[in-house]
Amino acid sequence: MRISPTKFISLLFFVLSVFYLYTAYNIQVFAFDENAPFNARTFPIYLGWAGIILSSLKIILPEKVTTEVNHKHLDYKSIIYLIIISLIYAAVILKIGYFISTSLFLFASYYFLGERRWGLMFILSFPFVAAFMYLLHGLLNIYLRDPFLKYIGVMG
Amino acid sequence: MIEGILIGLSTALSLTNILMVMVGCFAGTIIGMLPGLGPMTAIALMIPITYGFDPSTGLILMAGVYYGAVFGGSTSSILLNAPGIPGTVATAFDGYPMAQQGKAGKALAIAAYSSFAGGTISAIFLLVAAPSLSKVSLAFRSPDYFALMILGLTAISAFSSKGQFLKAMMMVVLGLMLATVGQDSLSDITRFTFNNMNLTDGISFVLIVMATFAMSEALTIIFRGKDPNRAAKQISLTELGSIKVNKEETIKMAKTIPRSSILGFLIGVLPGAGATIASFLAYGMERNYVNEEEKQKFGKGSVHGLSAPETANNAACSGSFVPLLTLGIPGSGTTAVMLGALLGFGIQPGPRLYQTNPEIFWSVIMSMYIGMVVLLILNLPLIPYIARILAVPRNYLIPLILFFSVTGIYLMSFNNFDIFLMIGIAVVATFLRLYDFPMPPLILAFVLGGLMEETLRRSLLISDGSPNFLWDRPITLIILLITITIVGWQIFSTFRKKS
Repeated sequence: MRISPTKFISLLFFVLSVFYLYTAYNIQVFAFDENAPFNARTFPIYLGWAGIILSSLKIILPEKVTTEVNHKHLDYKSIIYLIIISLIYAAVILKIGYFISTSLFLFASYYFLGERRWGLMFILSFPFVAAFMYLLHGLLNIYLRDPFLKYIGVMG
Repeated sequence: MIEGILIGLSTALSLTNILMVMVGCFAGTIIGMLPGLGPMTAIALMIPITYGFDPSTGLILMAGVYYGAVFGGSTSSILLNAPGIPGTVATAFDGYPMAQQGKAGKALAIAAYSSFAGGTISAIFLLVAAPSLSKVSLAFRSPDYFALMILGLTAISAFSSKGQFLKAMMMVVLGLMLATVGQDSLSDITRFTFNNMNLTDGISFVLIVMATFAMSEALTIIFRGKDPNRAAKQISLTELGSIKVNKEETIKMAKTIPRSSILGFLIGVLPGAGATIASFLAYGMERNYVNEEEKQKFGKGSVHGLSAPETANNAACSGSFVPLLTLGIPGSGTTAVMLGALLGFGIQPGPRLYQTNPEIFWSVIMSMYIGMVVLLILNLPLIPYIARILAVPRNYLIPLILFFSVTGIYLMSFNNFDIFLMIGIAVVATFLRLYDFPMPPLILAFVLGGLMEETLRRSLLISDGSPNFLWDRPITLIILLITITIVGWQIFSTFRKKS
């Protein structure tokens, strides 16, 4: 039996709703609030049931409008590269600072998306981030912590 | 009211704020022009920049971006037949054929004039309607607000679902679930945090918007990059032709604009409706109004056919501010983003905004009008140059969108947990969008989640836990009946299609 992607997503949503409802029932409330008409559990419990009912309906009822996606036309390779670069960027931003990590992120993204004009790639990464940082830090007074720039004495 | 208008004018006409409207309109036009990126993405990208400003200035910037993005969406509709936003799909019906006939400049000018006129007329309506509605909405109690929010969420699901109502309703529930993460507002009990300190304050609204719109939009463009149906059909961006509109065309526009403005404004006021429905209805209405000869021109470059949706979508934009400013309940995804930004500034829109923060209330209304003027005088002469933005290769565009998204979140929290969370939500959102699970209902539900729980709490406490509060007051009952009608209509149309 083949399950359509929409029904599969609905099934995942059903599982999520069941888990959400279970967690909602386990929210610790104050003893005096336990039998109150409304406490911290009430709204999440309603939502959990709503999620279960809606996803069940989506799974049970026949699909009249099917969403067809041709997987041959999807660029999995580029998107996986981009996600990995973004995750690395998120992991290092605090350690090496905003300037270097962001510039390298932009440079790597251009490269993995197929760009090879090195000069333009450079301008749209390092000087571009520097200009953006100046806009934030110098003009809008929004502080950006950057250990690298602090080390070389550019930022205070 | 005159006093209010003067307060609004003096705030909106300060040098900084005029500059912000100009920057907003310009940035909005550029972002809105890029296929796939709409006003919600444009406003979301602007939120981090507004942190440094006072609330009025921040809101004025965002209002400028909103109008600019709607105008920008029309540009890509006309030049590429690739609408930047759903609200400008109807613009492409006659705008693109006109551009193919070598009259791209004229089509853009008609779109600009119609947008200006539609926006101006509806700004006047807003000026009159908003204060009166503010007074009426003071009579609203918690049960009415709760029912109104249910109506708004149902309506946006019905209108944005493309016939897949259940999917949209699932997104509503998901948005509400995400809104419950963090401390309960009354008891301070933490919920769904799984002992993670980073989730104690809940998930940031900006994070959700950036993830589900900006970042997911960028990932979708890359993901579907090989899809031949999505490849842009390029027409000459260097030779757009004259932007002059002749007398005959002006007369045609003059007939279309008033009726499309009224229709657009009224549709915009309805919760959940907005620019897309307004533009399609205006297009359909206009086709019924014109004579047989003009009717034949529809779809082949008709001035009426281009002017009507353009007027209506801008009028609806102003109209959608009515429920936001008077009830504190956004009627569309875009105004939901603006509500989130307002809450970020510590301002609660609603009937009391008119009294407590008149300068914000009036300056937003006045800046809308100034935004219209700026769009006309700044963007129209720049059209040939702005149009070249459409040629920016995606290899540069996508990383820059990701960069702005990540920076926006980083500036808010200065931790990388939020960035990881955003990437995770963006990936999930990208797959959901692939299978037509709409995102605007999720955003609206996320924004309204806290308020909805609060009004439900008050209502249940007043009625001692009984659901009677849903039909005790006539206003609540009427709103609830409208909601039931919408749900009933969705079920009926499902069975009708099946049979």
